[in-house]
Amino acid sequence: MNQDKLFVGTDVGASRTKVAVIDTARKLVGYAVRKSGTNFTATADACLKEALEMAGAGKERIAGAISTGYGRKNVSYAQQTRTEIGCHAKGCFLYFPMAITIIDIGGQDNKIIKLDENGQRTSFKMNRKCAAGTGAFLEEMSPRLDIPLEDMDGLARKSKDMVKLGSFCTVFSATEVLENIRNGKKVEDIVKGLFYSVIRRIIEMDSFTENVVMTGGVVEHNRYLVTMMEELIGRKILVPEHPQLTGAIGAALYALEADAVYRDA
Amino acid sequence: MTEEKKVVIKRLESAKVLGKFMADYYYELDNASKTGEKKVAWCTSVGPAEILRAMGFLVYFPETHSAMLGSSRMATDLIPKANAIGYSPDICSYLTADIGAYLEKVSPLAKVFKGIEGPPKPDVLVFNTNQCRDVQDWFAFYAKEYNVPIIGVHSFVGVQDVTEAHVKSVAKQMEEMIPTLEEVSGTKFDIDRLREAVALSRECSDLWKEVLDTAAAVPSPITFFDGTTLMGAAVVGRGTQKANDAYRVLLKELKERIERKEGALENERFRLYWEGMPVWGRLSAHAKLFASLDACVLASTYCNSWIFSALDPKDPFTSMARAYTELFIVRADAPKEKYIRDMIEFFKVDGIIYHDAKTCPNNSNCRYGMPQRLEKETGVPYLTINGDLNDLRLISDEQTKTNVEAFIEQLEERKAK
Repeated sequence: MNQDKLFVGTDVGASRTKVAVIDTARKLVGYAVRKSGTNFTATADACLKEALEMAGAGKERIAGAISTGYGRKNVSYAQQTRTEIGCHAKGCFLYFPMAITIIDIGGQDNKIIKLDENGQRTSFKMNRKCAAGTGAFLEEMSPRLDIPLEDMDGLARKSKDMVKLGSFCTVFSATEVLENIRNGKKVEDIVKGLFYSVIRRIIEMDSFTENVVMTGGVVEHNRYLVTMMEELIGRKILVPEHPQLTGAIGAALYALEADAVYRDA
Repeated sequence: MTEEKKVVIKRLESAKVLGKFMADYYYELDNASKTGEKKVAWCTSVGPAEILRAMGFLVYFPETHSAMLGSSRMATDLIPKANAIGYSPDICSYLTADIGAYLEKVSPLAKVFKGIEGPPKPDVLVFNTNQCRDVQDWFAFYAKEYNVPIIGVHSFVGVQDVTEAHVKSVAKQMEEMIPTLEEVSGTKFDIDRLREAVALSRECSDLWKEVLDTAAAVPSPITFFDGTTLMGAAVVGRGTQKANDAYRVLLKELKERIERKEGALENERFRLYWEGMPVWGRLSAHAKLFASLDACVLASTYCNSWIFSALDPKDPFTSMARAYTELFIVRADAPKEKYIRDMIEFFKVDGIIYHDAKTCPNNSNCRYGMPQRLEKETGVPYLTINGDLNDLRLISDEQTKTNVEAFIEQLEERKAK
């Protein structure tokens, strides 16, 4: 009966809530992503319902559920919590079982996690108090430029003459953006400059090992960031099929490993 | 819904004795300030207190007041008052909190000790820049406000090996304080009284070391968070018999805990070392956070910084100069790293927490690659948390919590391997 069991991972992030449902073969069979909003519990419940529908399964098949992310304590159906650091590591190692450096760009924080060839975490770092270089930076800039967030990636790809922004600070960067608009710079060149600012903040955080994996909602929706990062560090970057879901998948994997019946089987 | 683990922090009985010591200390100072019966000297926390005691001064240490401003969480509202008169939010938040409190005429002493309105008025201000340059600027503010003399020792920084030249210079600067102190106190300097004070200080230092060394036991009977409050007597009372008596009581209790194999935590799974300043406004929160993860933060550079093993009553000036220059904070990175390596080994440490305190560059030792070098050499992993000693605006509790939990998960994985 083991194949009927499902495991749920829920990643309640500062910006989006992600739910992943996996089966005993570690296959992703359902998922959902929604804005976290102000009621984390309700959002997680709604995501679970949607993900189970995708999996074509009922709640009775859930053999374990673990939550992660900022709102990890607010998930009604989770039996345990893990930090998002551990879950991202777990989720990424499933797809790339080798020594890797994971760069996760989230809504309010960035993480750099290093794993050895056994998936053992050797170090991790989160951005410091400031949210420069995270999704929040792009979210702040989008209304300033009057560009929907989802259009940024396409615009950045069109740039021929990137505008470099000097400031660490999101607010001061916005001032620089206004100055560039005043000086007649093209919007696509400014947007590429914003992307460049994001990846600069990340490479300042830590050194990278040979194999680099990029994940997170910002990467999911702005794949050009990966291309830019590849150009900057001079090598190919690995991206899982669902980069926004790796934390949730990792949490589901922890739930699977914690399942006594599965362990004994 | 997952439940937050309820954590009960065990208290040491003898903490009451140390608490009484602190109360008596502040009442004695307050009485001197109000009656003028005794002269009061303000001194930096690792300043030449023994000389002041030998001259009959009661000694007040503004850094302890600042730590109280931090732990009472008054500091964050007071720091901007000092910022407004020209003291940057980027400099020492002990300084800015204390000056802010002075400007606002408030003090945590008034909340804790009935009848005390605030710090005692100084007759003289004595600093040693071995802590940092900020202490000199801090005292200079009060010298002007109270119109009293300010004297001090200008220490060396980044000292690789403590040489005779260092020691001679510092000892000479200490000797040169004497005429001013004689004038303010109206007391003739007596070398034998200094020898007595140095002997008592050394005894205090040895007892405090013995207290902290009990943390080498498994499980540890004491945490770093206990230490940050218990150390009060070592800071303000060194050179007095009362401080030594209080530490004997504490030491006895800790030894009893060791005999019973009773840890400071119910279940000590991980042993951690704290490097850098405490986050005063989060002492209890941090104590609970680590305890909830069965991680005992049991030793620190900070609490160990009031151990002065070089003090020798036979040669008071020279030995004081040596003791106050040998300190961790004064040293170059190589001796600092050796110190931490020794601590890791002695206390059987599984991991190190570095506190990068925004306004205390002098005591944030993670900024020049030290954590990475030490991890490479010792294999002991580390975590850096960003925060501050007093300014809670510089703290993200959620970030700290996630980082600490993730670090413990990492240690768990290592143990399971």
